[in-house]
Amino acid sequence: MAIPARRRVADIAAFAFATAATVFGLVWLAWILWTTLLQGAAALTPSLFSQMTPPPGASGGLLNAFYGSAVMILLGVIIGTPIGVAAGTYLAEHGRYTRLAAIVSFVNDILLSAPSIVIGLFVYEMVVRTAGHFSGYAGALALAMILLPIVVRTTEESLRLIPDQMREAGFALGLPRWRVTRQILYKAARSAILTGILLGVARIAGETAPLLFTALNNQFWSSSLNGPLANIPVVIFQYAMSPYDEWHTLAWAGAFVLTAFVLILNILVRLLARRGKN
Amino acid sequence: MNETATALRITPAYTGTVESRGAVDLRDLSFFYGKAHALRHVNMSVPANAVTAIIGPSGCGKSTLLRTVNRIFELYPDQYATGEIVIDGRNVLDRRYPLSDLRRLVGMVFQKPTPFPSSIRSNVAFALSYYERLSKSEINDRIEDALRQAALWDEVKDKLNHSALSLSGGQQQRLCIARTIAVRPEILLLDEATSALDPISTAKIEELIHELRERFTIVIVTHNMQQAARISQRTAFFHLGELIEFGSTSEIFTNPREQQTRDYITGRYG
Repeated sequence: MAIPARRRVADIAAFAFATAATVFGLVWLAWILWTTLLQGAAALTPSLFSQMTPPPGASGGLLNAFYGSAVMILLGVIIGTPIGVAAGTYLAEHGRYTRLAAIVSFVNDILLSAPSIVIGLFVYEMVVRTAGHFSGYAGALALAMILLPIVVRTTEESLRLIPDQMREAGFALGLPRWRVTRQILYKAARSAILTGILLGVARIAGETAPLLFTALNNQFWSSSLNGPLANIPVVIFQYAMSPYDEWHTLAWAGAFVLTAFVLILNILVRLLARRGKN
Repeated sequence: MNETATALRITPAYTGTVESRGAVDLRDLSFFYGKAHALRHVNMSVPANAVTAIIGPSGCGKSTLLRTVNRIFELYPDQYATGEIVIDGRNVLDRRYPLSDLRRLVGMVFQKPTPFPSSIRSNVAFALSYYERLSKSEINDRIEDALRQAALWDEVKDKLNHSALSLSGGQQQRLCIARTIAVRPEILLLDEATSALDPISTAKIEELIHELRERFTIVIVTHNMQQAARISQRTAFFHLGELIEFGSTSEIFTNPREQQTRDYITGRYG
């Protein structure tokens, strides 16, 4: 049976539009990666990962900034993940039909969409001003506060996706709620929850505003979290704004590594999600 | 009806007694989903060591009845039961009756197989190791015992550490039965436990129910009237939340007292 010409035209048009939209979206990512790679190529050498941020006119690398970012992200994850998973579990399981859970869920949504600069200011006021100095701890705390609502939301969603039948089967055996949650539901939702955490890490890896107010920056090597700490986003920000060519190149190289890191994390998330399905 | 009559001839005589351990006595049992009255003043004595089938059209309260006996309904707000369910001399609907005791006493198998996302071994071991302090070899013995009782041992004995999700639907359902009987309950509730399975798996599970009958009080909800006739000794017919008729399976299927029962089993409505 022949397909009417009008339907065929509509089909081709829809296909062309969808393809164009996809290409449009992808072009920017490719362009960003290409530009940062091209502009930062001169600095993409082993010394990028082995030397400190240089003074104007000298050559150097971003080791202290990579280190600072890694430590603050790690500490942010250590603080944010357990609280986030626990709160998400409360919303999806223990508090499921309660008013309190509905309110917490609503507040979490607000926190989720709060501008990160507000969180930076909050931590500045609460921690930096109280302590009297910028610190890596304050930076990690700010990152944890951005990560937290993401983990809460994805944990809640992944647990809710598990059919009630699975819970009933666990409870019908007489297992208490914490056992059903820990031994059955967490196992079923493991890759989904992990995916949420990784997406959260990708998000906080690039956050600049909250670090500007908290960890600030540090020109030199410092492994102490109790003082200003260099980090990639703020270094990119400061070096890109500077008048020095070497600094520009370093900023581009940092931007490339950061983008590539986020891209790899997202690919990892994809692989995890696929494994979760099987 | 010829088929049913043939099946009935091979159904063994009803042997259970109401006084034995594991008998379930429903006294003026009502159930509510919010304002909806789903079970209406049910009085019924389910005998021990026998299979009782519950039949009736969709929405008549069959599954609700099972969900009341192990109080699984308490997971949801706005659902509650009134009346009494007496097992071994105690009213299990009493809030003071501990849920984990009740659910150890009363096992339940659902319509769709619900294997946990872990190994075959831990599916059976979860509840076992929660209730009893057992050595590793004791646990292994109990797992083997349960899987043998569920007629699954020969098929899985070489892959106990494989994921339970890798089993077929029929095997998964027998695994669910195995993990339920592993904690040694007195009562087994089967909620349309074969309706999602193919005929061969169904036959295996029916055979299994037949064997388990001697050790457990079994209550099955089924839409399949031949199945009820094949495997049960007693049958209860429900309609719109009311118990219309309860008697020996042969009586219900050959000479029901109520017109409604007669209409339902002859397929005139439902």
